[in-house]
Amino acid sequence: MSTTAAEGHHADHPSGIMRWITTTNHKDIGTLYLWFAFIMFFVGGFMALIIRSELFQPGLQFVDPQFFNSMTTMHALIMVFGVVMPAFTGFANWMIPMMIGGTDMALPRLNNWSFWILPFAFTMMGSTLFMDGGGPAGGWTLYPPLTLQTGNALPFVVFAIHLMGMSSIMGAINVIATILNMRAPGMTLMKMPLFVWTWLITAYLLIAVMPVLAGGVTMLLTDKFFGTSFFNAAGGGDPVLFQHIFWFFGHPEVYILILPSFGVVSTIIPTFARKPLFGYSSMVYATASIAFLSFIVWAHHMFTVGMPLAGALFFMFATMLVAVPTGVKVFNWVCTMWRGAMTFETPMLFSIAFIILFTIGGFSGLMLALTPADFQYHDTYFVVAHFHYVLVPGSIFAIIAATYYWLPKWTGHMYNETLGKAHFWLSAIFVNITFFPMHFVGLAGMPRRIPDYALQFSDYNQIATIGAFGFGFAQLLFLWLVIQTIRGGAKTTDQVWEGAEGLEWTLSSPPPYHSFTTPPLIK
Amino acid sequence: MKRSDWVKFIGRSLSAVMIMFGSQSVLAVQPFNMTKGVTDISQRVFDLHMLILYICFGIGILVFSVMFYSILKHRKSKGHKPATFHESASLEFIWTVVPFVILIAITIPATKVLIEMEDTTKADMTIKVTGYQWMWHYEYIDHDVNFYSALKTSRDEIYNREEKNPNYLLEVDNELVLPTDRKVRFLFTANDVIHAWWVPELAIKKDAIPGFINESWTNITKPGVFRGQCAELCGRDHGFMPVVVRAVEPEEFDQWIAERKGKANKNFAALENAQHTLANSN
Ligand SMILES: [Cu+2]
Repeated sequence: MSTTAAEGHHADHPSGIMRWITTTNHKDIGTLYLWFAFIMFFVGGFMALIIRSELFQPGLQFVDPQFFNSMTTMHALIMVFGVVMPAFTGFANWMIPMMIGGTDMALPRLNNWSFWILPFAFTMMGSTLFMDGGGPAGGWTLYPPLTLQTGNALPFVVFAIHLMGMSSIMGAINVIATILNMRAPGMTLMKMPLFVWTWLITAYLLIAVMPVLAGGVTMLLTDKFFGTSFFNAAGGGDPVLFQHIFWFFGHPEVYILILPSFGVVSTIIPTFARKPLFGYSSMVYATASIAFLSFIVWAHHMFTVGMPLAGALFFMFATMLVAVPTGVKVFNWVCTMWRGAMTFETPMLFSIAFIILFTIGGFSGLMLALTPADFQYHDTYFVVAHFHYVLVPGSIFAIIAATYYWLPKWTGHMYNETLGKAHFWLSAIFVNITFFPMHFVGLAGMPRRIPDYALQFSDYNQIATIGAFGFGFAQLLFLWLVIQTIRGGAKTTDQVWEGAEGLEWTLSSPPPYHSFTTPPLIK
Repeated sequence: MKRSDWVKFIGRSLSAVMIMFGSQSVLAVQPFNMTKGVTDISQRVFDLHMLILYICFGIGILVFSVMFYSILKHRKSKGHKPATFHESASLEFIWTVVPFVILIAITIPATKVLIEMEDTTKADMTIKVTGYQWMWHYEYIDHDVNFYSALKTSRDEIYNREEKNPNYLLEVDNELVLPTDRKVRFLFTANDVIHAWWVPELAIKKDAIPGFINESWTNITKPGVFRGQCAELCGRDHGFMPVVVRAVEPEEFDQWIAERKGKANKNFAALENAQHTLANSN
């Protein structure tokens, strides 16, 4: 019998720390990814609070401008590569095999390796803060020639990025192999839950663009240490070439950070509206169109480098097109809610806030797409406001919503709903206090990445700093809630949520170590 | 608590909040929108900004009202039974096509403004702007005048040992003097890393890239002092390299440039000084 075989196999597993180091189980690895992301969230958040403290008042109070610059650089690298990407990979590990009726991920040893690279990569990157010349301070975009002025940190940062890229590519290969090979009989592609679909497309994006970033940073390395002149005009190179390479990676990257969120929200809204997702197939096509468009819009990040008129027009038009499939998604979510029978548990609250606040971030993105207006917005706090709206109440809210949604399934315990709602309201209020005023200072003329500012920007900066501390401390409540739920709490049913649909809810709560040892029946 | 106690309490809390938000300013007078600027182009960029903003407001109000109506009415707690529809070809067609048409409509004025912004021909004079870590160098190509322009704010103000003046961080030793009602062409380059020259009132933000030359132009309609900053991260003192443009009537400009010619190139010392001002601070 397969069950006894599985249990026998299970019993061989080492316990204690060796269980986690040697594990090839999708749930264990998912848990590792999620805890790693959670820890890095507080590390990156702490850096954000250093930045916000310095910006509380005009004048230099706490940190040297060089250190300030390395804080903005590290904050971004950590939040992008150390928080949002690993968190979604964690959800992919946990949920994809359960959602498609598989036993585990297709490549379990690769899975172990792709996780265990990450702690080393981030330790190496973090250690540069203590090196001669300090950490990287040229911004997470790493533009040369400035980044080539980095001290001893540069090769370590480049190698750390190589490692993060390898980890992501291996994770992506695993996701694709799992989705294409491990589906239960009858689970056709167009029957897959949307979270699985968005991850399939995200994985292709990762495989397409992570090597491009690796190539770009390698060229930085050879320019610095081996006498090449890829980005050095005096040697026949072009500094702007790096920006093209970086954003050819960077724009798909922003969709890598947001597409799985679309999957999460498309899973949660139908559950709590008790109504099927509106426009399933248009959701799939919209996701695929966004992924395609992400490859032809990169230069909208660099309108001010001085490109030919035809180039600027092309990138403006292409960028505006992204609004069409994104709009389709938002309309579909609203129509899913329409005439449903809604309840507002914590995951639903975070998902609704996601739709509203992500849409606001989408609007400012549309504004940024207009080249002549972008000349005024570019590199100001307006841009900072824009991408934080899509990343914090966007990706991060989706990650939080997904945690509340699936944690009862994973642990078999219900979280404390009252505290969950308190966490929601604190987060939703403070996130707006933090980032909304940034639109105003940006429009009023405050450049980004400055440690000190002119007096007319004081008020909004103070408000933003107060908001940031409030948001940061509210997340401690989240940490407490997660720990409390893992340790105990009211027992949940297998179904957990009244309106939940999908194979993962047919398994016990908590689910067995090996998800589906016999393929489930698909209706 | 008696009513008078409440009044006192509220008054005290309000004043505490006021102190918290800084004594030097009141929220209402802070600028919170893009400037209309002082050129025809900057005015048109502002109009474009307001147009897209209103379109976003419109779409947002529409979508969010539907959503909030649904949130209020279609609740389980109100006994609402869920419908089962999950598709509508006509609806999905409409909300793909309508946004598409709106987008095309916005790109038309945007394209017009962009084409005009890029037209640097028929300029009356040319200024070459070079970015340095961390100051600007201006060269009046037609007049054989050039000078460096660096931050004038004192270290004592930056390190909070002295009260900050109203133009804190937005003041320079040598302002870029330009004539009004003349088409001025700019050439941008840099000496070390990439900088970006930005003056919001002129709606010009252009990268200054070492080894390459970028172009832009302006035609200022009224005299005044217009302040901006370097907008591309350029290292430690990126936040301390402002741009100050002083626009004067053409006659006054001619007078100024004639005087300036005499002492051209004499302020190379300023380069050295300024480079040490902030690097050695603290
Ligand atoms: Cu600069």
